Amino acid sequence: MSFLTYLINGISLGSVYALIALGYTMVYGIAKMLNFAHGDVIMIGAFTTYTICSTMGLPPIVGVLVAVVVCTVLGMAIEKIAYKPLRKASSSLAVLITAIGISYLLQNIALIIFGANSKSFTSIVSMEPIRLADGQINITGETVVTILSCIVIMIGLMLFINKTKAGQAMLAVSEDKGAAQLMGINVNGTIALTFAIGSALAAIAGVLLCSAYPSLTPYTGSMPGIKAFVAAVFGGIGSIPGAFIGGILLGIIEIFGKAYISSQMADAIVFGVLIVVLLVKPTGLLGKNIQEKV
Amino acid sequence: MKKMNISKSSKNNMITYGIVIIAYVVMQILLGTGNISSLMKGMLVPLCVYAILAVSLNLTVGILGELSLGHAGFMCVGAFSGAFFSKYMVIAAPGMPGALRFFIAILIGAVMAGLFGILIGIPVLRLKGDYLAIVTLAFGEIIKNLVNILHVGLDEKGLHLAFTNTSIKMSENGTFIIKGAQGITGTPNDSGFTISIVLLLITLFIVLNLVNSRTGRAIMAIRDNTIAAESVGINITKYKLMAFSISAALAGVAGVLYAHNLSTLTALPKNFGYNMSIMILVFVVLGGIGSIRGSMIAAVILTLLPELLRGLNNYRMLIYAIVLIVMMLFNWAPKCIEWRERLMAKLKLGKAAKEVS
Amino acid sequence: MAMLEVNNLSISFGGLRAVDNFNIKIKEGCLYGLIGPNGAGKTTVFNLLTGVYKPNEGIIKLAGENITGKKTIEINRAGIARTFQNIRLFKALSVIDNVKVGLHNHEKYSTLTGIFRLPKYRRIEKKMEEEAMELLKVFDLDGEAETLASNLPYGKQRKLEIARALATKPKLLLLDEPAAGMNPNETQELMDTIRFVRDNFNMTILLIEHDMKLVSGICEELTVLNFGQVLCQGETSEVLNNPEVIKAYLGE
Repeated sequence: MSFLTYLINGISLGSVYALIALGYTMVYGIAKMLNFAHGDVIMIGAFTTYTICSTMGLPPIVGVLVAVVVCTVLGMAIEKIAYKPLRKASSSLAVLITAIGISYLLQNIALIIFGANSKSFTSIVSMEPIRLADGQINITGETVVTILSCIVIMIGLMLFINKTKAGQAMLAVSEDKGAAQLMGINVNGTIALTFAIGSALAAIAGVLLCSAYPSLTPYTGSMPGIKAFVAAVFGGIGSIPGAFIGGILLGIIEIFGKAYISSQMADAIVFGVLIVVLLVKPTGLLGKNIQEKV
Repeated sequence: MKKMNISKSSKNNMITYGIVIIAYVVMQILLGTGNISSLMKGMLVPLCVYAILAVSLNLTVGILGELSLGHAGFMCVGAFSGAFFSKYMVIAAPGMPGALRFFIAILIGAVMAGLFGILIGIPVLRLKGDYLAIVTLAFGEIIKNLVNILHVGLDEKGLHLAFTNTSIKMSENGTFIIKGAQGITGTPNDSGFTISIVLLLITLFIVLNLVNSRTGRAIMAIRDNTIAAESVGINITKYKLMAFSISAALAGVAGVLYAHNLSTLTALPKNFGYNMSIMILVFVVLGGIGSIRGSMIAAVILTLLPELLRGLNNYRMLIYAIVLIVMMLFNWAPKCIEWRERLMAKLKLGKAAKEVS
Repeated sequence: MAMLEVNNLSISFGGLRAVDNFNIKIKEGCLYGLIGPNGAGKTTVFNLLTGVYKPNEGIIKLAGENITGKKTIEINRAGIARTFQNIRLFKALSVIDNVKVGLHNHEKYSTLTGIFRLPKYRRIEKKMEEEAMELLKVFDLDGEAETLASNLPYGKQRKLEIARALATKPKLLLLDEPAAGMNPNETQELMDTIRFVRDNFNMTILLIEHDMKLVSGICEELTVLNFGQVLCQGETSEVLNNPEVIKAYLGE
């Protein structure tokens, strides 16, 4: 029975990873950059909700909405100020290092405003836990909400990309920026939109993450952020279903690793997965292969 | 032509060594006359540790051109293997002179970190760019995690290894050398300012001479254009691995030095996690990617500044972050480069005009 | 014996046969041209010869030695050096260091010798310096030995690439569009240099070129490639007057 509980917890954590991984994978697919600061946008989202709900006492839904707006604006601002000028830089390391700088910046702004002590985040979910099999399996409301939100968002995102003009433009830009521009697609606008969507999802992921694991510090986002990147790579970077599958699998692996191998080694196991995937199939489960032309 | 070339690079190197030696002499005078705060005194060895780390990472980032985010992992390997040896020797051979013990500890730390560099480098260096960066980060975190569950105990039967506190098969009067998350306590304080400076000079010597040699040219050729380097018969894997493992070994040396400056050595996210790796990267970037002297100076200034300006301590990382972003934009954004070039041209024109008139 | 002999060389990418049953035989000391419309597969042939791609079929022999399927660095050591269509210099290295990298496998000392600056280091470095300068003189680059490669004007970058390739002491030199982007004067000068290299280094040269003046001016023999297949082979004047070739170039 504990196996099932672990599995459900794994899927729940994996759903959060999947939401974060979507942001990574979309940005990587379209702007060809690793947005190292993505994890910290999650943290900003969680702090926003914390401020609105716990400090100001407003209802959770307001907190979530404000967090989404704040993160969307933040994501677009970061892209505009820090990444866009470097898009044509001669070294691809330049933008990665800048992203690391942004990550530090966000963490330290939060540190100055909120301090280093961990805040206890009040869950936004007020649902009774579901008890199955005579109480041997206990599914919390957070788990249910997390998994459901992830599924709904995934479906919505797939529809958006496949059925709308903006979504098709995103696909075109990720295939070939130059050609997309020639076809009259607003490349800059599309990239900005990608950052906006990715950051909005990060806000939701932040709130869900902190509802399930309620301690919130300025560093809350960085480890889940990196793990979600692992998930994105695992599933095949640039692929949206890949991010979903990679996220869920990674969540399950982490929870099982914690439960059956060693709780201290859970992170190492997650990173071990990344290494194995990259060495065996560098393009991930659903990724595409690209070769340099001579 | 030849003479000019060699003397130019060695003159440059001499300036670098000179800066270190002058800094050493000044510090020794201050120490001798007692004109130095205890805070500053405590900073001397760490400063050298960071300088060695920055110089060694520059070999990977600046000379080899690959972004490594796991440098602290190699430092961790060096620190724990070196400290393990010293602690073991303190128990097993108490009569051993400290200097000899430290010398061997340094060698062990360097070799172990270098071996890890090769071991990790073989798979990692097949990857490129962002992927390589994230995998080095992953390896760094794995090393830190592994060290945190590593238990090594010593009793009359010898050494015992285990991954939990309880599963170790050690007799009751045995002692722990490495005790999991509590790390190593009681490492002899064998380090000192003078030996730190000597190690820094050796690091500089190795890296600077390597860069100005056949091997260094091959490494930089790979950085500049891998396909072309291959086409002129350069063994890409060999030289990438060489640069990566030398860089790792030197980080190991820094780790040994770090460990022997502390009474308790633990692997925390703060000292051996990826935050540390990124911190070293910040030194390298701000000092100038590829500039060995620059990264050394940046390491010293960026470590000293917040300590001297204690009031700013809360803002120190914030300032680092802003400086890092601004520097990257200033140095790499095509528009900024263009603007700078135009400005330079204008300045030159202005000068020329003045000279004419 | 031919310097280069290629039989039935083929490679497919996906469903496309980029090079199909390619044959060529180049005599030692010959200046040989490989021409054809854009996309005919010329650079792919170069990539096959230098081991960047592994052929699906066929045999490549360099001076009698079978080099089919070998790695790029092994092929370079066996004696093929090349330049690239889109210039690939070591941009952050000086001009002379670019050539020294080319000397890498001919003037050797160990990494430790380099780090400890042993006497052998000074001796070999001096020799490298002299050899590199000699090569640079051939291409009139000796005045810019200390300039960064990226700061050279375009035409000189192309020459430096040839100098670097020659430094590897090849038996066969492959030049991929050496005159691309050059003005008529530079092209004329380049033609003289290529001839000079052939005569003074006893080099066999295979070059890809679109500039017909250069091709007819210096190439002794030609192969015309069209849609991955050999259209025509033979002496330059014959090939250029072949009606099929004219058709392929000018269309119907």
